[in-house]
This record gives sequence, structure tokens and C-alpha cells, in this order.
Amino acid sequence: MANDSIRAKRPLSPHLTIHKPIPTMVMSIFHRITGMGLYFGTLLLAWWLMAAASGPAYFDWVNGFFGSWFGILLLIGFSWALIHHMLGGIRHLIWDTGVWMEKHNSTRLAWATIIGSLALTLVVWLAGIALR
Amino acid sequence: MGLRTPFSKVHGLGSAHEGTEHFWRQRLTAVSNIPLILFLIVLVAMLAGKPHGEVIATLSSPLVAVVLLLALLSVLYHMRLGMQAVIEDYIHHELLKVGLLMLNVFYPLAIGLISAFAILKLAFGA
Repeated sequence: MANDSIRAKRPLSPHLTIHKPIPTMVMSIFHRITGMGLYFGTLLLAWWLMAAASGPAYFDWVNGFFGSWFGILLLIGFSWALIHHMLGGIRHLIWDTGVWMEKHNSTRLAWATIIGSLALTLVVWLAGIALR
Repeated sequence: MGLRTPFSKVHGLGSAHEGTEHFWRQRLTAVSNIPLILFLIVLVAMLAGKPHGEVIATLSSPLVAVVLLLALLSVLYHMRLGMQAVIEDYIHHELLKVGLLMLNVFYPLAIGLISAFAILKLAFGA
């Protein structure tokens, strides 16, 4: 059937490969990817809480894991994803009110999201280190 | 005009029969996530690397426990909605899609129960 072959070739998302990446598009993709990362990142939170409830011996072991280079790398990624997704979400909340949707403003917001998330992640880690 | 019945029009729920409920809950939990996540970031930054006694003393304080439970509720519901949209957008195989949509209900529930159990156990001092 002709109709079936057209249907079979109908383009379906994601269309990542056929568009030139622009800041708003890249931030949209980042928003989804960080969201999915955070989805599985909640496992780390549940694990940490369960370890705290399990007693000192197991908690120390889990603390040791989070304090290892791999754990720290994981937590840097987690904290950046969290902050990035939050800023991206605030961007959406701003758009929900109907403002800053013009091309130049939305592009500016996209840059603010990535620069802001990197800067805030650095601030959080520096503050965390200063607190020790 | 159109073929929609007056009943359908007055409900205003569209073809999925859910109206804007998914969108509204996504935004509602997005807003509640902001203060709750900020609290969580500060809490974790303060407790990182601290000994067990100090960590459970903080986690078991009523205010921290209650806000943590609220954060879990808001975050887990929000992420379930988000992952649902991702699955519906990218998974075009019907059976796989339904299976993943089911898993997407179970996973946040499991994370929530495990975390809430741990928080309550600490809060009630066992």
C-alpha cells in the first residue's frame, strides 16, 4: 500500500541530526537530558538516606564512596544537572507568563541558563568546601 | 462548528480527556521544587563528609524530616511527569512504551517509599 510506505517513512522525533544547533535548541536538549539524569540520580539520594538509617558502619562506607574521586565527579555532575534543570525550568516559567519569547531574548535566556548553571555549581561547591 | 458534542465542549478536555492536567501538575511541582531543592542543596552541602552521628542528628530533626518528605513528594511526582513525556515522545513501539510507562509509575514510588522509610526511621529515633 502506498499509504503504508508513506506512513512508515514519516519522520518521528528526535530530529537532532537535521537541524543546525542553536542555543535555545541545545538548552532544550540539555533540559531533557539533565531531567533524565536527575530521574536516576534520585537513586543516590535514596541510597544515602537508607545508609544513614542503616547505621554508622554502612554509612561510613557510603560516605567513603561519595568522597572518592568517582563519587565527587558523580556529585559534581548531579549538582550541575540539578541547578541547570532548575534554571531551565525557571526559564519555562518565565515563558509561561508570555514574556521574553522573542528570538534575541530567548537566545539570551538560553545563554544565561548554561552560564548561570556552571557559575552556581561552582559557587555551591566553593561554599560547601568553605563550610568544612 | 465542528463535530464535537456540546458535552465535550463544555468539559474542554480535548482528545486525551485530560485537558491541561499534566501541564498544570508539571508546573505546580516545578514551582514547589524550587524552594525544596534549594533546601536540599544547602542540607547536603552542610552534611557532606560529616560523621554519622552528626548527619542523623540533623536528618532526624522534625523540620528537616518534614521538608525532606515534602521535597520527595514534589520531586518524584515532577520527574514521573517529565519521564512520561520523554517516553511518549521517543518510544514508538507500543508494547515497550506501555511497559516503560508502567515502570515509570513503579520507580518513583519505590524511591519515595525507600527514602520516606529511612527519613521516618531516623525521625522516630529507631
